[in-house]
Amino acid sequence: MKRFYDTELETFRSQLILMGEKSMEQVRRALRALTENDVALASDVVATDDEIDRLEIEIDEEAIRYMNLRAPIATDLRLVIVGMKASHDLERVGDEATNIAKRAVRLAEEPPLKPYVDIPRMGAIALEMLRDALDCFFHPDEGKALAVVRRDEEVDTINRQLYRELTSFMIESPQTLSRALELMFVSKSIERIADHATNIAEEMVFLSHAKDIRHTDALKHPTLES
Amino acid sequence: METPVTTAPAVSRSINIAGRAASLPPGRTLIDIEALDFFYGQKQALFDINLKLEEKRVTAFIGPSGCGKSTLLRCLNRMNDLIDGARIQRGSIKVRDTDIHDRSVDPIELRKRVGMVFQKSNPFPKSIYENVTYGLRIQGIRNKTRLDEAVEKSLRGAALWDEVKDRLHESGLSLSGGQQQRLCIARAIAVDPEILLMDEPCSALDPIATAKIEELINELKTKYTIIIVTHSMQQAARCSDKTAFFYLGRLIEYDETRKIFMNPSNPQTEAYVSGRFG
Repeated sequence: MKRFYDTELETFRSQLILMGEKSMEQVRRALRALTENDVALASDVVATDDEIDRLEIEIDEEAIRYMNLRAPIATDLRLVIVGMKASHDLERVGDEATNIAKRAVRLAEEPPLKPYVDIPRMGAIALEMLRDALDCFFHPDEGKALAVVRRDEEVDTINRQLYRELTSFMIESPQTLSRALELMFVSKSIERIADHATNIAEEMVFLSHAKDIRHTDALKHPTLES
Repeated sequence: METPVTTAPAVSRSINIAGRAASLPPGRTLIDIEALDFFYGQKQALFDINLKLEEKRVTAFIGPSGCGKSTLLRCLNRMNDLIDGARIQRGSIKVRDTDIHDRSVDPIELRKRVGMVFQKSNPFPKSIYENVTYGLRIQGIRNKTRLDEAVEKSLRGAALWDEVKDRLHESGLSLSGGQQQRLCIARAIAVDPEILLMDEPCSALDPIATAKIEELINELKTKYTIIIVTHSMQQAARCSDKTAFFYLGRLIEYDETRKIFMNPSNPQTEAYVSGRFG
C-alpha cells in the first residue's frame, strides 16, 4: 500500500542525489581548474558553491518537516536521518572543492612546481569513493560501502607522501614555499573529501542495516551479518 | 579567567559508545506460550503461537484488527472460557511453569494473579472506595484498616490518589474518562496481581489522559509484568520493552521494541509499523 505522502520521501531522495551530483561536479571542476590553470573555471566553482549550501538547507528543512509531521519509523526514519547527515557531508565536500579552486587561482600565478600526477590520482580515488558511497543510496550494497571505507587509507597514504615530498621542496628551495604550501592544502582538501565519502558510506550501512559501524572493527569482518 | 573543563569526561562516560547496540538483558520468562492453536467455533483465530513473555517488562501486542492479539491477551487469564465455542485446540500457556489450563488451576485465582484493564473503562456503579476494594471483599477481607490501606496504596499506585482522596465515597462513574481508566487500574492492582493485561487502555482517552496512563505503565513495570494491546505505534514505541507483531492469527515477529521500530527483520512488520500495510 502506498501512502499519500510517499512521494515526499522520493523527492527527498532525489534532492540528496542532486546534491551528490553537484558536489562531485564541483570537485571535478576544481581539480580541472587546478591542473589546467583555468582561473575562470576556478572562479565559477567558487561562485557555484552557494547552490550546494542551499540544497543542504532545503534537505534539512524537509527532513525536520517530515519527522515532525509524518513520524517515520524503521527504514523511513533511517532514510531521513541519513539524508540529513549525508547532506552535511556533501556540503563540506562542496566547501573543499571551493578551497581547491581558490588555491588553483593562486597557483596559476606562478609556474608549476612539478607536474600534476599525485593530486589528480588522489582526486580520482576520492571521486570514485564518493560515487560508490552515493550509489549505495539507491542500490544498498554493504560490500561496496565497506570497500569505500577501506579505500580511505589509499588517499591518506598519498596525502602523507605528498606532504613529505612538498616538505623537502620547501627545505631545499625556500622560493617554492608558497606553492608547496598551497599544494599541501589542496592535498589535505582531497584527503578530507575522501573522509566525507567514508562518512557517507558508513551512513549508507546504517541506512540499509541499521548498524552503526563508525569507530568499530566492522572492517575486519567480511560482512556485517553476525 | 580560565574556565575549568570538568564536565566533558563525565558526559563522555555517561554515553556508552559501545552501548549503541545496548540491548535489554534477557529477562526471566514468566509466561511461556507454546504451539498455541485457538478456535472460535470452526474458525481458527490463532495459529501455532510460540512466545515467551518476560517478567517485569512491558510487552506490546500490535497488529491490524482481527489479527488475534486481543484473543491471545484474553487467553492469558482465561477470559475466553466465558465465550461459547472458544477453545484451545493445541498447545499450552504456562505462568511460572504452571499450565493455566490445568484442571487444578482455578480461573478465579488465576484472574487474581493476572489482572485486566479494558479498552473502555468499566468502573462498577459504586463508590471509588468500593470499586478498589471489590476484589478484596470477594476474597473475604473485611478489616477496615486493611481495606483503607489497600485503597490508598492502589490509588497511589494508579496515580489517582491525589485527585480523589477527598471524595472516595463518590461514585466511580463521576470521574473523567482518564480517571475512570486509572480507577480500573487501581482496582486491578488492589488484589496484588503479578501480571497486568491491558487491552487498548488509552483508545478512548485524550492525549493528556493517555500520557498519564503511559507514565503509569512505566512506573508499574517495576512491580508487574505488563502486556498491552495497542493500535498506536507511537504508544508501543514509547511504552514497551518488547513488541510482538501479529497478522492473520500468526505471530510474525517478536523482538525488542527498539529493534522492531528501527530495523524489523520481517518485511510485513516493517510495512505495518511504517503504515504501509495492505
